[in-house]
Amino acid sequence: MIWNPSKECMHREQLRELQGKRLQKLVAYVYHNVSFYRHKMQAMDLMPDDIRSIDDIVKLPFTTKQDLRDNYPYGLMAAPNSEVVRVHASSGTTGNPTIVGYTRKDLAIWSEVMSRCLSAYGVTREDTFSVSYGYGLFTGGLGAHYGVENLGATVIPASTGNTEKHVRLIRDLKITGIACTPSYALYLAETVDKMGIDKKDLSLRIGAFGAEPWTEHMRKEIQERLGLKAYNLYGLSEIMGPGVSCECEAQNGSHIHEDHFYPEIIDPVTLETLPAGQQGELVFTTLTKEGMPLLRYRTKDLTSLMPGICSCGRTSVRMTPIMGRSDDMLIIRGINVFPSQVESVILSMKEFEPRYMLVVDRINNLDTLQVQVEVRRDYFSDDMGTMLNLKKALSDKLKSVLSISADVKLMEPNSIQRSQGKSQRVIDKRVLI
Amino acid sequence: MTIKQLSVFLENKTGRINEVVRTLGANEINMHAFSMAESTDFGILRLIVSDVDKAVEVLRSHDFAVMSTDVVCLSCDNVPGALAVILEYLAQEQIFIEYMYAFAQNDRANVVIKPNDLKHCVEVLQAHQCDVLTKEKL
Repeated sequence: MIWNPSKECMHREQLRELQGKRLQKLVAYVYHNVSFYRHKMQAMDLMPDDIRSIDDIVKLPFTTKQDLRDNYPYGLMAAPNSEVVRVHASSGTTGNPTIVGYTRKDLAIWSEVMSRCLSAYGVTREDTFSVSYGYGLFTGGLGAHYGVENLGATVIPASTGNTEKHVRLIRDLKITGIACTPSYALYLAETVDKMGIDKKDLSLRIGAFGAEPWTEHMRKEIQERLGLKAYNLYGLSEIMGPGVSCECEAQNGSHIHEDHFYPEIIDPVTLETLPAGQQGELVFTTLTKEGMPLLRYRTKDLTSLMPGICSCGRTSVRMTPIMGRSDDMLIIRGINVFPSQVESVILSMKEFEPRYMLVVDRINNLDTLQVQVEVRRDYFSDDMGTMLNLKKALSDKLKSVLSISADVKLMEPNSIQRSQGKSQRVIDKRVLI
Repeated sequence: MTIKQLSVFLENKTGRINEVVRTLGANEINMHAFSMAESTDFGILRLIVSDVDKAVEVLRSHDFAVMSTDVVCLSCDNVPGALAVILEYLAQEQIFIEYMYAFAQNDRANVVIKPNDLKHCVEVLQAHQCDVLTKEKL
């Protein structure tokens, strides 16, 4: 079902006109309310009046995560505190956390775009939907929660943790939908197996997975093990939270709610805007946000945009699955390596669990890559030769995909740390002097 | 006439064997013999235990990758040349030994053999009146 056909199926020309109007209003708003943007625009000799249509967006300055940190905590807030009704903060693994503020209207738009996503997955008022993103400062939990409520389905605020209890609730309350990270979905499937519960006893039919990159192999695995259809849910706290884009029944890219979030793809090095179809860094401008609006925010996510009308009827532009992050990219012996490449190789081999850890080190001035992977119980062999062949098969495949050789380390089942939030998949021990 | 051997996959990590034997001990499972095959980053621990089915169940519940494999267990005199005679019977019949381990006590020696052809191996040994052990005789 399409939640808001007047926006999601809008004629392209009308949409561009709407985007242009909203951009003009936004630029004037931030110019007068955020000194950071006013100073940036003044330095570029740019006035709000110079923005006349959506095409003028390329004249505007970029915003980076570092800008958010440098202006911690409230430097980029455009709305006065009296208008802000909620604040979220992202995990600040290095430096200051990122603070995002929302006005009442921002929260209403967030619920609206989340409802669009859920409708696209086929969720209706009849569904019972479990939100298993973390509730709290992270935007995942509350963002998805209000979307489900807004749509009118029953929300189960399960959050993360206490997985066995959650599995019992999924079975006993006949929960039909779930939103969580794809790695938590796999952990959940494992817990279902461990508890001796048959997936036929569960009523799950729809899964909305996001907050970390995942692959087609992982999708198949989750679908098979939990007996549901798995959809991509994309979002980021700086722009809104979950609900920025979503897959529809066609599952051919994720529709961006571009009446609210205007996407561009840039070359992460030259910062030039790339034509549709080319892969680069995704950049968003929040066209309607009041609390903390951002101009051309660099997400670091690498993807490409697919224009054209989708078979579902939506006219909004789609983004291809995130193939990595420009800041997650590892440079090993001068070669670009993305954890997602390793993941797709591991997931293509039935002998391994979909869990891995990459350990990068520098030994005698040479970068080394170790791929730790768990052998599935059923594929463990008493024969040393078979086990060594298995190790070699993975290492050969990795070499052909990555173009560098990796040392494969076979691990015992359940020895690689499980995550309940975003999983940590890389340990970089290199100390560069 | 074969015996079920327990095999456990282990990462090369200090204390990992302790955890296997401690778990078996805590569940009243006795070990008759064991051997360790190792590579650079993992090992395969092979054991003959008093109750294989229970051992598999217990270790699986502790997240170990385990399996049981059929092997031949035989007993021979603990004197010079005794094993050589038996292995000669097998070689003559083109039976390949994938791995074996043994221990001797007093006047008898026990040998665990993983041949490429289990059935043929047992037949050859019986034809030569070797003392092939059953589960009951362990």
